[in-house]
Amino acid sequence: MKINKMLSTAAALASTVTVFASVFALPAFADEDAELVINGEIEIVTKTAAPAHLDGHLSEIMSGWRFRSDDTQAMEMDDFDNPGMLGAEAGFDQFETVMGSEGKSCMDCHDGVESLANVRPTYPKWNDDKEQVYTIQMQINDCLTEQMGADAQKYDSGMMLNFEAALASVSRGMPMNVAIDGPAQSTWEQGKEMYYTRYGQLDLSCANCHEQNYGNMIRADHLSQGQTNGFPTYRLKNAKLNGAHSRFKGCIRDTRAETFNAGSPEFVALELYVASRGNGLSVEGPSVRN
Amino acid sequence: MASGVKPRVKVPKSASAGEVITIKTLISHPMESGQRKDSDGNVIPRSIINRFTCEFNGESVVDVTLEPSISTNPYLEFDATVPEAGEFKFTWYDDDGSVYEEAKEIAIA
Repeated sequence: MKINKMLSTAAALASTVTVFASVFALPAFADEDAELVINGEIEIVTKTAAPAHLDGHLSEIMSGWRFRSDDTQAMEMDDFDNPGMLGAEAGFDQFETVMGSEGKSCMDCHDGVESLANVRPTYPKWNDDKEQVYTIQMQINDCLTEQMGADAQKYDSGMMLNFEAALASVSRGMPMNVAIDGPAQSTWEQGKEMYYTRYGQLDLSCANCHEQNYGNMIRADHLSQGQTNGFPTYRLKNAKLNGAHSRFKGCIRDTRAETFNAGSPEFVALELYVASRGNGLSVEGPSVRN
Repeated sequence: MASGVKPRVKVPKSASAGEVITIKTLISHPMESGQRKDSDGNVIPRSIINRFTCEFNGESVVDVTLEPSISTNPYLEFDATVPEAGEFKFTWYDDDGSVYEEAKEIAIA
């Protein structure tokens, strides 16, 4: 269902977006042909060919940005309008703040957040020393506790998401590229298994909504493909940054199942698998969603 | 007492005389409504930005009263006519008595 609406893609380059509003009072569907350019300079790939491992499942992968209404889409086109950037700014400050008993900040080991631009596109990633797949937040906690002598932070806590938002913001435009072979493969298989497993009283798997029914409505919401390239995500409904694991938890809860916890091995595996489904899409975080 | 409050403003660096420009403002603030209770059942006291003003060379451009139930990080966008070069002054007034200020110069091109 498409409404009679034109979104000038050229105008996306300017700060304003011209919308010729529909005369019909239909729900505000996204213009699925719009292109995302942030600050008029960072071109974001929001639609591309699916990675090889999705053969037979999906032919094209799309960022959740494409499924949102024009107003929500426009908020992400300019850093000033994107409330998620407040979290990223806080993340930059945290990066320079001395924490813990060692008197160190992140800057003592790293040469600024910008030097870590390859992190967001490649995580979750196999960690040789720990012999398991590591998410960004697990890695940050290792830095905090082992290098800086600081307390570990709770998974998907405000501080963690600020760090993640800062890391994502410097990687915007880079393609998601998580490794699924080598030592990470068994974790990836576990995540894939979960993705196609039906959970809860409603007996729904991730694929039932996000692979077989994306683009359709689920009650008042427009189902996306459930890609993670936009995380952490600023949601208008709770006015804060949200992590991928919290989103997973919300989804499984909605199937009326007992959920896993944020940071659990199950969700780490699922995050790796879902991230691999988005290989090729640009990193977009901190993104704006409803 | 609100912490981490930081005002931000976006104003074009220059405009032609008489041009209408768009000004965007954002202040990071929790905007606690005073209607919520904490886990012990006690009311969380109201703490909001209750007034916002913008002046251009001493002349009022906009004077806004903000009420509870406005979302976190209030964002205000408005248009202003620029008759001459000068300075926009922005002021936010907090319930706790704090006043946050920001100023931006604009030139005539």
